[in-house]
Amino acid sequence: MLAYTLKRLLAGVITVWFIATATFIAMHQVPGDPLMNDKAVSAEIRKNLERKYGLDKPVVEQYFVFLGNMATGDFGISFTQQNRRVNDIIRDHFPVSATLGILAIIFATTGGILWGALTALYRNRLPDIIIMFLVILGISVPAFVFAALGQLLLVNLNAFLGFSLIPVAGWGTFSHMLMPSMVLGLGTMALLTRLMRSSMLEIVNEDYIKTAKAKGLSPLRIFFKHQLRNAILPVVTVLGPQIAAITTGGFVVELVFAIPGLGRYFVQAVQQLDYTVIMGTAVFYGAFLVLMVIIVDIAYGFIDPRVRLQ
Amino acid sequence: MTTSFVPDFTPAEHQLGVEQLSRPSLSYWQDAWIRLKQNTRAIISLYIVIALAVFTLIGPYLWQVDPALQDLNQISQAPSMPKPALLAAPYERWQPIVLDDFPAEPDTYLDVIPAPDGLAPVGTPTTQHIRITWNPVEGAGGYSVYRNQHAPEGLNDLGLPLATTYGGNEVSYEDRLNLEARDYYYSIVPTDGLDESDTYTSIKITPTIAITREDAIERGIIDPDSTIEIGTAVLLRFHPLGTDYLGRDMLARLMQGARVSLFIGICAPFLFVMFGILYGGFAGYFGGHLDAILMRFADFVVALPFLLFMILFKIAFGIGPGESGVIPMLMALVLLGWPSTARLVRGQVLKIRNNGFIDAARLLGATDSYLIIRHILPNTMGVILVTLTFAVPAAIFTEAFLSFIGMGVAPPTPSWGSMCNEGVKTMLSHPHELIFPATLISITVLAFNLLGDGLTEALDSRMRSR
Repeated sequence: MLAYTLKRLLAGVITVWFIATATFIAMHQVPGDPLMNDKAVSAEIRKNLERKYGLDKPVVEQYFVFLGNMATGDFGISFTQQNRRVNDIIRDHFPVSATLGILAIIFATTGGILWGALTALYRNRLPDIIIMFLVILGISVPAFVFAALGQLLLVNLNAFLGFSLIPVAGWGTFSHMLMPSMVLGLGTMALLTRLMRSSMLEIVNEDYIKTAKAKGLSPLRIFFKHQLRNAILPVVTVLGPQIAAITTGGFVVELVFAIPGLGRYFVQAVQQLDYTVIMGTAVFYGAFLVLMVIIVDIAYGFIDPRVRLQ
Repeated sequence: MTTSFVPDFTPAEHQLGVEQLSRPSLSYWQDAWIRLKQNTRAIISLYIVIALAVFTLIGPYLWQVDPALQDLNQISQAPSMPKPALLAAPYERWQPIVLDDFPAEPDTYLDVIPAPDGLAPVGTPTTQHIRITWNPVEGAGGYSVYRNQHAPEGLNDLGLPLATTYGGNEVSYEDRLNLEARDYYYSIVPTDGLDESDTYTSIKITPTIAITREDAIERGIIDPDSTIEIGTAVLLRFHPLGTDYLGRDMLARLMQGARVSLFIGICAPFLFVMFGILYGGFAGYFGGHLDAILMRFADFVVALPFLLFMILFKIAFGIGPGESGVIPMLMALVLLGWPSTARLVRGQVLKIRNNGFIDAARLLGATDSYLIIRHILPNTMGVILVTLTFAVPAAIFTEAFLSFIGMGVAPPTPSWGSMCNEGVKTMLSHPHELIFPATLISITVLAFNLLGDGLTEALDSRMRSR
């Protein structure tokens, strides 16, 4: 297990290096440079600014300087926001995105497992049909439409009550987080419900379920102890990529609900060609996602002993 | 061994009919098609996909309205039948009514000034101007005019304060403020010259749409040489799905937006699935170190945060002036999308490569290229087709997402995503601007998803055995 973990971590480090390189190359392909919008009026000022940010060096050298800084965890200073360090931007705004993402994941997994199990239990009966219809809707409607509808719902709710029960936008208290995280988790929840349903239905025909029935176990015990626990496994495997999808998918939700998360900074930085912020956020996100996938894979080994043995 | 060969068996009587197949033999694809046809949802989805293709490709020839044309008489208009409009004369200044036989300053001071009566429109109220007049009241030193969009429910509900006249004999008002063809409730509150009284009188006025002759000719509603007289009704441009915030026809824009959205939605998956087949097939077929290296590279590309790099790559490929940014988006999608197909195809190829029939073909002297084209590719087609169907909604989603956050196609080129982006801003007052593009995205994605489900069931051998 330790050897496996170390191997995965090493592969993860190489992946992060690849992400950093890809970001670096893509970023330098963008026409223009961060000083273009600035007040670099004369050639002399421009030259000084280039020297200050190290842009006067050859691109290859810039790349190695950047790699060296990254290895020590320093992403440099933002080009557009005076004297603001990229590390500070990440420290200030990533927790917001992460909180939103974690809440969405919790909402999506509990909902997905619950609804999936329920549909399998009532296969081809009314609850199954209704939930599967909603699932298809959840997969087919874009997140920004859900976000807009969610906001509309809150506006009407607050107008009906006459006071602001749940804020329509913004960030701060738990009630702010409620609607955005639900909207963000909806797509994933629909996917997980579908997956859970099919894996539940596959397990119903397994021999050990028949054995359990033959032993005379109560249906509830079979359902929770034998069926549900085994059916959750495939859900856990897709959780890694889904965490990735949710954290980056937060862009839209952050935009619609005016949440000060990291996604907004990335979009802004790309528009302004803020080299250091682009590099910092992309590499940070990439590293975070790689780590998440590794953690989920290792956790899978703990949940399913068969995987650990291999 | 001189004995002659005596057969110790006799050929069995050939029985007619026993070995004949009861049904005609079906090829893999015929069988899959029959299975697909039994799946009602998949077939309905197929029809929806065909309808979308018709909407996109043939629609613009049937509905020949310029999607960029701004109809400023009908901005943010909800879907409706064509509206009639009054051909009006160009606006002329109106002299306010000031009565000579009535004092401007009140003679007497009343505690309560009665509400004026005789409130009535002057001339025909149109969206060009609404003119109202009322009878003067004793004790009034002026009048305040309010406008509301619903019937006022009391003194605090009179609506927008438009103006106050300072004279008991100034008994008219001309309203030209953002008039639309809807109900307005005008209220007149008399004042003693300084403070408003607690009485008011209201009138409901519904203006008709007015359009001047010049505007009508400019918008192509009437012929420049025609002799339609002022005051006659003409029909405004027909917008079956309403207009957006710049008065552009929604239907025409949806059709043009469909071209962008579906172009990206279908081209990008097609391209990256093609590349994925080549890459994955190559890696899977030749195996060994090459396979390991190629697949490790694919793993790296998978690890890139998708949306982050979509934005970055799309910007990196740049959009020149006058371009819509569709091609950079396509390239970014292809660059990031191929590894999943490559992995899948590789897995399939590895599975098929170890089958007996491949060894048999090789024994018979088949070359690599023959094996790949004749045996391996046809066997992976099912999986590839299913991937392609599921990749389409994903690509449409990505396009919509990017356009929604303003990093997609450049305006004024419409795409469903950018139309949603514009629609969200006026969601509360003009919901149709969001509902139509959002519904189209959802229906398209739904159709391709259900079609993908149907194809999986029809093509997957594991499912077929059930």
